[in-house]
Amino acid sequence: MALKLVFLGRLADAAGGEEREVAAVPSIAALIAGLEPDLSAALGGPRVKIAVNGNIVADRAMFTLRDGDEVAFLPPVSGG
Amino acid sequence: MKDVRLLTEPFNPGAFVGPFSNAHPGLGGICSFVGEVRPGDGVEALELRHYEPLTLPGMDALADAALDRFDLMGLLIVHRTGVLLPREPIVLVSAAARHRRDAIQAVDFAMDHLKSDSWFWKREKRADGWHWIEPREQDHADLARWQEKITQV
Repeated sequence: MALKLVFLGRLADAAGGEEREVAAVPSIAALIAGLEPDLSAALGGPRVKIAVNGNIVADRAMFTLRDGDEVAFLPPVSGG
Repeated sequence: MKDVRLLTEPFNPGAFVGPFSNAHPGLGGICSFVGEVRPGDGVEALELRHYEPLTLPGMDALADAALDRFDLMGLLIVHRTGVLLPREPIVLVSAAARHRRDAIQAVDFAMDHLKSDSWFWKREKRADGWHWIEPREQDHADLARWQEKITQV
């Protein structure tokens, strides 16, 4: 029972790596709250978008995570 | 013809533009833009990170939008990821059309969207280490040009 987390851009520095696995939890709020405080703060900002299995989450409060989901945290893009 | 690619190794833009041109007999013109890592400013290297499930599909959707909006015969978008050195090409956009204005505008449109609205994260290496690059206001202003045109129509 696990979720794969992916951290893009500067969030990879905050997380100490580009990917990690964590135990599955049902909500995005619980997922973020279960991480280190500094990382939680960085991920919870309004400018960080979240994608689950490659789809941008429109309403993170209503979203239910499932075992095996890939959750990506996307800070503002710096463009190509 | 739509051709959208992400590359992890250095590339020669001419090696893409030649075959792209040959693939469109009857074209009136091709417009190509090549973006390179700017030398100077103390930048030793540039790293472009992307997210596989979003970046290439996003570029593909951008190509579709350009093909929809302009009268093109073909569109080619090639973008690098990974670590690049100064003067290496980052991006190539080529548009083939019967008439020049559609080709030129399609490249301008695609570049403005790639610069501000595509799933890339950039950092640059300077003497004191790596620094993430924040979004630029100018890039968003460039993007807004195309939104204004929609409302004017």
